[in-house]
Amino acid sequence: MTAERIARFEKRREELKKMSDEELKARFWQLCDQVVEPVVGLAQTHTSPSIERSVLLRMGIDSVSSHGVVDRIHEAGLLGKGAGHVVLKLAQKTGMDVRQAAAAILEDKDVLNGLF
Amino acid sequence: MNNQQLDPRKKLDIDEIMQDLESYHPKRKGWVWRKKPAEGVNMGPFHYRDMAEPLKNSIGLPAAKYFDAIDPQPSCVVTTEIASGRFEDDIRRMRMAAWHGADHLMVIRTTGQSHIDGLMEGTPEGTGGVPITRKQIRASRKACDMIEEEVGRPINFHSYVSGVAGPEVAVLFAEEGINGAHQDPQYNVLYRNVNMYRSFVDAAEAKRVMAGADIFQIDGAHNANATAKAGWLVMPELMVQHGINCAFSVAVGMEKALIGLSTVPPNSPPAPKLWYDLPYAVALRDFFSEYKMRAQQNTRYIEADIEEAIRTHTIDTLISMLTSADIQSTITPDEGRNVPWHYNNIRGVQTVKQTWAALDGIKELLTINHDGPLGEMVRDLKERAVAFLEEVVETGGYFAAVEQGFFVDSAKYPERNGDGIARDGKGGVGAGSLIARDSDYLAPVCSHFGHNHLPAGTHKACDLIDGCTLCKPEKIVYIDELDPEDNVSNRLEKTLPYRKGGLIRPEAEWAGDGTVLLQFAIPESEDVAREAGLEMARKMGLQDPQVINLSVLHPAEGCFVEVKGKVAFDIKKADLKIPPKEEMLPEDEIRAAIKQVGLKVVAATVGEDEHSVGLREILDIKHGGIEKYGVKYHYLGTSVPIGKLVDAAIETGAQAILISTIISHNDIHLAQMRKLAELCREKGIRDQVVLVAGGTQVNREMAAETGLDATFGRGTKGIHVVNAIVKTLKQRGVV
Repeated sequence: MTAERIARFEKRREELKKMSDEELKARFWQLCDQVVEPVVGLAQTHTSPSIERSVLLRMGIDSVSSHGVVDRIHEAGLLGKGAGHVVLKLAQKTGMDVRQAAAAILEDKDVLNGLF
Repeated sequence: MNNQQLDPRKKLDIDEIMQDLESYHPKRKGWVWRKKPAEGVNMGPFHYRDMAEPLKNSIGLPAAKYFDAIDPQPSCVVTTEIASGRFEDDIRRMRMAAWHGADHLMVIRTTGQSHIDGLMEGTPEGTGGVPITRKQIRASRKACDMIEEEVGRPINFHSYVSGVAGPEVAVLFAEEGINGAHQDPQYNVLYRNVNMYRSFVDAAEAKRVMAGADIFQIDGAHNANATAKAGWLVMPELMVQHGINCAFSVAVGMEKALIGLSTVPPNSPPAPKLWYDLPYAVALRDFFSEYKMRAQQNTRYIEADIEEAIRTHTIDTLISMLTSADIQSTITPDEGRNVPWHYNNIRGVQTVKQTWAALDGIKELLTINHDGPLGEMVRDLKERAVAFLEEVVETGGYFAAVEQGFFVDSAKYPERNGDGIARDGKGGVGAGSLIARDSDYLAPVCSHFGHNHLPAGTHKACDLIDGCTLCKPEKIVYIDELDPEDNVSNRLEKTLPYRKGGLIRPEAEWAGDGTVLLQFAIPESEDVAREAGLEMARKMGLQDPQVINLSVLHPAEGCFVEVKGKVAFDIKKADLKIPPKEEMLPEDEIRAAIKQVGLKVVAATVGEDEHSVGLREILDIKHGGIEKYGVKYHYLGTSVPIGKLVDAAIETGAQAILISTIISHNDIHLAQMRKLAELCREKGIRDQVVLVAGGTQVNREMAAETGLDATFGRGTKGIHVVNAIVKTLKQRGVV
């Protein structure tokens, strides 16, 4: 394996040697972009409990409540909608403000039933 | 309250800082570079080419007193890392560091915070760092806001956006005016074993939040050469790590101007450092020309010897100056032996300041020779880095490469030692916690990354909630404390006697910690010297003594030993007798007055006294004596009778008589001094001569007691004597 890898490296290197400094630099950045592209795609289409808590923080909900609210929404299978989305929708449905809606979820997660 | 001004003569009042934090918001946000005048900076007798605008208040290098007390400030931002575990004490350290030229204050997090799933609140005590919380940041930022006014330059406050709560921490930082942060998803994966997918997805959101608040980002690549066994071999990989974080950051919305590479000269003497560190520095700056360089100092090979660390850091700074550095970080030179002590933060900053001043404009005098070995080594590193990336792609991408242990292998690529850090995509902290966004996923806030299905016609995401906390800070919820025991109020109560109660103890980290350092040479072999050092510290009354450094001077002849310990006593400030300070006239005024009257003095050691060294030092130009200021003196020698001296003064027309009197048996020194005053009065010349006496047993109060004009003890210099003479002449209206 190792000998084979080194041999492949030597071959690669022969190609790289033909490049000018500018071409080598361009190749470096092209490869970096290529490597991160699928990772960026993953981030665009996925979320995490921490991301959702960070959304609730930005909505003016405190850190302790955010934790519980995201857990409840996760348990209800609704995190893919976005925690902020869920809280906002509940607020709109009930006429509460978002902090009250968050508190309501903490108190009784059944308020999430039938929201979507 | 926000406009509170600091008084350089007064200590910072931590109790005042802790007040009204619930309503405190930072006065500005975003990263600030130093202002560097293009035409250079003139200071004292010198022109500097690569310096920033000077500070309003600062403390220069010790030798600055010979150069009009100038304090030139490097053009780069200068970092110091401050984190003792108690932010309330760190705030004072920040002020001290700012006065010495630090404008990037980096707070390390308490051990284990990166594995805490969420934000911490309150002010618990930390270990090896500070628990980063809203209250802690607010208090620190509030202090920084005052300190930057005091020194006259913006201060960048910095911490870390890593671990499994990265997005929340980033929001906290954006809300509270943190100016710089480490953020690198690779760091989480490799060193914190956070699940790789989770780490990158979280990082995208965190980076977007940071970008929205103009927070400067530093990556984590330098950890590879602090971790790998042979730090200088992992250079191709380091370039790849920098590249991945930069490319990822730009792809998620960061500006290149706010992305920094954390780069360390990887080698250290006795290795031929320059042959490794210079090609690496040049290669990085070539490939990453659009990004900023945060040059760190080497920690990989730092030992307990402070001087060795400082020498290495001086050379690290030289490498920055030969290439470039937008931020020059400093490492406290005691990092190899203990959690940094506050005065060592100052030493670290001084190392950069001193090196930068000495080598100012070096690139106008010297150029790097790219032909020959340097160019070849630079090209070699670049090719290896590109080949590394090609192999990553061939392997199936970044995640596959991590699984196969591509990173932090201590061999030089493409060789492998098989000691790389391999991670399982299904494993690690937070594994399986990612959730696919539904097609109607929505986040009604600013600085959010990724698919976000806002209702049609929505202008700005947070319009849906009438503004998010990033737009309306008044919406931020402030939590004060969660733990009734482990909090700053309880700690401040305990340190009150040392802060405001008039008690004094030495300190190295915290108010009243009592820590002291003893240094001695012990003429014994290592094993004996170590135990002897501890025993000496115990006999001196130190508690909990520990040897923190020992260097062998010779296997049999002896060792240099450093022992730390704690003192068990307090000093009462009120009991101290502090002599009033003698006010010095400006040197120019002294010289002018001396010239005006053509000042002549006669001098001698009086009585049966053969001591001459002290007086010669006061007189001779060679020792900085009064001759240096233009005084003509007539030296009569030792054991001179007072009468002879007074006669000589009359004969030569001297305006002052200087006597030295060392022997104090039976108060003979006081008798000689009184006799001088009496004799001058008898001869009717008392008003025409200034009478000065000095000696080891003489003090300033004796002038009044003996009828002389000025008297001096140990440590007196020529300038003090001429100052006293000119002052007396001024009082008499002669000048």
